Amino acid sequence: MRIDLRMQSRRLVFAVLVCLTGLWPDGAVAQQASGKPIRIGQTLSLTGPLGQTGLTHKIVSEIFVEQLNQKGGLLGRPVEYVLLDDQSKADVARTLYERLITSDRVDLILGPYGTGAILASMGVAQRYHKIFIQNTLGIAEQATYEWHFAASLGGAEPQNTLPVKLFEAYGSTAHPPKTIAIVTSKFPSAQYMAQGTREVAKRVGVEPVLYLEYDFGTRDYGAIAARVKDTNADLLWVGALGVEGNQLLEALEKLGYKPPRHFYLYPSSGPLAVLPAADGALSLTSFEDGLPYTANPVSAEFARLFAERAAKAGLPYAHADSQAGNEYAGWQILTAAVTATKSLDDKALAEWLDKNEVETVLGKRDFGGKWHNSRTDYQQLRQVQDGRWVAVWPPEKATPGARLIAP
Amino acid sequence: MPHLTLLEQALISGILAGGLYGLLALGLSLSWGLLRLVNLGHFAMALLAAYLTWYLGTAFAIAPWWAGVAIVVAFFVYGVALHWVFMRFRVTEMGSMLITFGIAVIVESTIQTIWTADFRRYETALAGASFVVGALYVPMLNLAAFVVAALLAVLTWAWLRFATIGKALRACAEDAPIATAFGINHRALSFLLSGICAAYAGIAGVFIALIATLAPSEIWTWIGVVFAVVIIGRLGNPIGALAGGILIGVCEAMTMAVADPAWAPLVSFSLLIALLLFRPRWI
Repeated sequence: MRIDLRMQSRRLVFAVLVCLTGLWPDGAVAQQASGKPIRIGQTLSLTGPLGQTGLTHKIVSEIFVEQLNQKGGLLGRPVEYVLLDDQSKADVARTLYERLITSDRVDLILGPYGTGAILASMGVAQRYHKIFIQNTLGIAEQATYEWHFAASLGGAEPQNTLPVKLFEAYGSTAHPPKTIAIVTSKFPSAQYMAQGTREVAKRVGVEPVLYLEYDFGTRDYGAIAARVKDTNADLLWVGALGVEGNQLLEALEKLGYKPPRHFYLYPSSGPLAVLPAADGALSLTSFEDGLPYTANPVSAEFARLFAERAAKAGLPYAHADSQAGNEYAGWQILTAAVTATKSLDDKALAEWLDKNEVETVLGKRDFGGKWHNSRTDYQQLRQVQDGRWVAVWPPEKATPGARLIAP
Repeated sequence: MPHLTLLEQALISGILAGGLYGLLALGLSLSWGLLRLVNLGHFAMALLAAYLTWYLGTAFAIAPWWAGVAIVVAFFVYGVALHWVFMRFRVTEMGSMLITFGIAVIVESTIQTIWTADFRRYETALAGASFVVGALYVPMLNLAAFVVAALLAVLTWAWLRFATIGKALRACAEDAPIATAFGINHRALSFLLSGICAAYAGIAGVFIALIATLAPSEIWTWIGVVFAVVIIGRLGNPIGALAGGILIGVCEAMTMAVADPAWAPLVSFSLLIALLLFRPRWI
């Protein structure tokens, strides 16, 4: 008995010393969450064609909720995450958000993944006057709901601002492109961005020599690749989702052709990075697993945890990227509003976000742009270099030591 | 006006894509035409075979042809077992469609549980390799799939036409009771054919692994076009399955070469509707 007491005293002294030196993890000293859980509902594409990206969002959400509860929950109450599978279908997402609000009676909702599901569920949020924070809407101008807030960094007119950024980046190189071939999925956001790119290209004097649209789910890219090769444009712009970019590149490789410059809109980060034919490929980003994105401790911890969980879940590319960063930022925005207002009232949260900025893993987020998008397009360009993604544009946001490589 | 080289390249691409369509359609066509069972699970089993090929290759460094041998044997046994279930419960043509749809959903979920919904790509040395003929490129793996599809189609056709077992199978498909009265063991033959159909799904899966990027939902992307191939090629006709595959593959590729690629599926299905309306002799 005496030994036990002595042991306990030693443990107590050790704990006090560790806390005083600041080595104890935040969560362990935080007050234990208690009371009725706050329920936050969301649907994600856990199955269906968008399932692979949906899994990334799921991992992020689980990490965030776990961290939140370790740090004492929200308003002192534990947080319960209610996740449903929308099967990559907008109509299913719409029905499930009805269920989350009316039947599961969640306190708050977060938007799903994917433009179609977001637009469908935003209508439900509007009908029930729920604040709606989403992180992957590709057609910003359609988010006209007054309590909508975008966690992503594209601004209100990404179809204009992103291509400008792309042409600026290539304009800084020795041989800027003079012709562009645009090949895009008919997926709504990709098609929308492709049309914007074509218009901007004409405006900046880059001639669109090919514009092709293909169906989401196209199996064979051989004939499309033949047309791309036949055109031999200076820049290939691909409105690709998932591995469509890989499929097109592989088809091009089989024809013995490598585009001199190439851009992919929404690729699966891992598969494209490791494809040898993708070396030099550009894409957009707002978060990567590495500097400068992981300069602050919250981002670094998030990237570390994501890498750990993603590897455990068997993801082939176990690194946080834009998709992961955007989802995490969405959670940060919602919980920052709740903490600041000490309320779960949707109106109070929306009014607070309307007037304030939130520190996220993507940087400081404002909602000063039209329809509560960011004030401007803060996205960066990343490039595949030696099998990994590095940020290359704008130069001040580039990965240390990296620069845009182009012919 | 598109260049001639572009059209020729698109033609090659279409013919080779058609080979893969034909390979996938072969087992489905036989089971539908000769066993009167519509096996929607065929696509799921082909994708399962693709995942197994990829997994055995990447995790255990087993070459695709050795993986293919193991898969063909295992799938043959599965086909026999599935047919036993159909026989045991006297499943009808419509019933088979519903049951195998359920199998497809289960297989999709199983693949997703084991290997996640993320994309998988089997990287091999031959993945980007092509034969160069003048200005034209012929992708090696696609060509291999086409050759295997053609071989299987011709061998199966010859087997059904000239071998005693093949003739017996066709007799059973025409009129099972009469065939039985002539001493044909319909039951045993149907087990054999079901096993062969499943094995064909396995072979198609090996090539899907080598050519395509894998994701669990890919099961559903093949259904529409392969059904069209089976119907155009006539049920139970192996050569027809290959010819139908080539026809659709070429139509899709030429549409992509001269018009908007998004029209490709429209052209394929318009062709199917036109053929069904005007019913040429071969349908």
